[in-house]
Amino acid sequence: MHPIRRKRLTIILFLLAGLAIAVGLTTYALRQNINLFYDPTQIAAGEAPRDARIRAGGMVKQGSVVRSEQDLTVEFQVTDFVSSVTVRYTGILPDLFDEGQGVVALGRLQSDGVFVADQVLAKHDENYMPPEVSDALEKAEAASARVPPMNQ
Amino acid sequence: MWQFIRQLFHKFGSPKWFYGIASKMMPWLLGIGLILLLAGLVWGLAFAPAERLQGNSYRIIFIHVPSAFLAQSIYIMMAVTAVVTLVWRMKLADLFVRAVAPVGAVLTFLALFTGAVWGKPTWGTWWVWDARLTSMLILLFLYFGVIVLMSAITDEKSSARAVAVLVLVGVVNIPIIKYSVEWWNTLHQPATFKLTDKPSMAPEMWVPLLLSVLGLYLLFGWLACLRMQTEILKREHRTRWVRDLATAEGN
Amino acid sequence: MAFDSFSAFIAMGGHGPYVWICYAVFTLFMVGLGLWSRRQQKAVLRSHKQRLSREQNGAANQGAAPASFTRIHPS
Repeated sequence: MHPIRRKRLTIILFLLAGLAIAVGLTTYALRQNINLFYDPTQIAAGEAPRDARIRAGGMVKQGSVVRSEQDLTVEFQVTDFVSSVTVRYTGILPDLFDEGQGVVALGRLQSDGVFVADQVLAKHDENYMPPEVSDALEKAEAASARVPPMNQ
Repeated sequence: MWQFIRQLFHKFGSPKWFYGIASKMMPWLLGIGLILLLAGLVWGLAFAPAERLQGNSYRIIFIHVPSAFLAQSIYIMMAVTAVVTLVWRMKLADLFVRAVAPVGAVLTFLALFTGAVWGKPTWGTWWVWDARLTSMLILLFLYFGVIVLMSAITDEKSSARAVAVLVLVGVVNIPIIKYSVEWWNTLHQPATFKLTDKPSMAPEMWVPLLLSVLGLYLLFGWLACLRMQTEILKREHRTRWVRDLATAEGN
Repeated sequence: MAFDSFSAFIAMGGHGPYVWICYAVFTLFMVGLGLWSRRQQKAVLRSHKQRLSREQNGAANQGAAPASFTRIHPS
């Protein structure tokens, strides 16, 4: 390669590397602000501010959804399988909201540790499958769960 | 071998040679691209099964993913040609950036738009400032910046260099888009397709998706050839062959 | 076919408006991009041709009177 071109290429590569490091450090320093939500472990550890509007995200714990009989108030546990936080919300939930599904709730953490949400968003996972396949998977899971006791 | 690569490189630098090759490839790119894209979209819209949780709204994926994928690939291609512009001062490399920047902007917009329309029934919101959506919006502004800068500087050489530098600076955004869903908590789900694992999607869904991605890729190839030809015609208007071509075809 | 009837296909299980708006906007933009790019190329070729014929005429008329006047006979 021509020496002038080699010099230009080296300069460009150095500049790009420097830029990448700068951006990397910046995003690393800002990672808490870039995160869309706090997970239940962070909230349990007191990392989330108390009197500000924050987002909490995680899975809706199986069997934790309690619907009020008078109005649209729902209470459920959001978990990351380490800690969980109770969320209270009044309003219409998105279609995808269900037990075992991901959610992001926007609201305030009360002093009693209950998270009062004014908006609940459903989080979809990266798995796409037709209903028959997921039914078959669930059956297979149930079957494999039943098998071990029979072998003992 | 090295000699052969150098010859090819020099050929690639010749606008006249490229114009001819592009003319030959364009009917194929357009034809096969349209067939693949239409096959993928019809399959995805009418024949692929519904999704277990999202029902039919997930069918937006057959245009959302190809647009987002192309939007990022086009930027990467622009960054590669920007290096060629800066190091080798090759004219065609600069013409490529000029030709495809508007295409990239349109596809980024389409990815954002279809994502927002898909987000409303699925997530419960059109927009959220999470890392994936925000970095994609930054990509749209980068494309706008390139387009504005392109037309702002009239001097060919300094314009080419300025545009190439802007494209290269913006390329750090690409890994941020790609890994945003893994590095940070986002509302957007992680990637369904990974190089190492099987796709976490049923085959009767990912095959039509693959078809529409390939189809859109080929259609982009057609658009890129067409738009580069136009840029060549503008830039080389003093040459003999462009004059002959214009007298023969300019009706 | 994943749908029982044409109306079910249009309705998309209640998600019809979302799906069809996306496909319509996508088609509109892509077709528009193609047509616009093609028209741009044609326009460039046309303007080149016009410029060339003007140059040729200019070369042919060199030495002749720069302009000519015709007497108008209003009736």
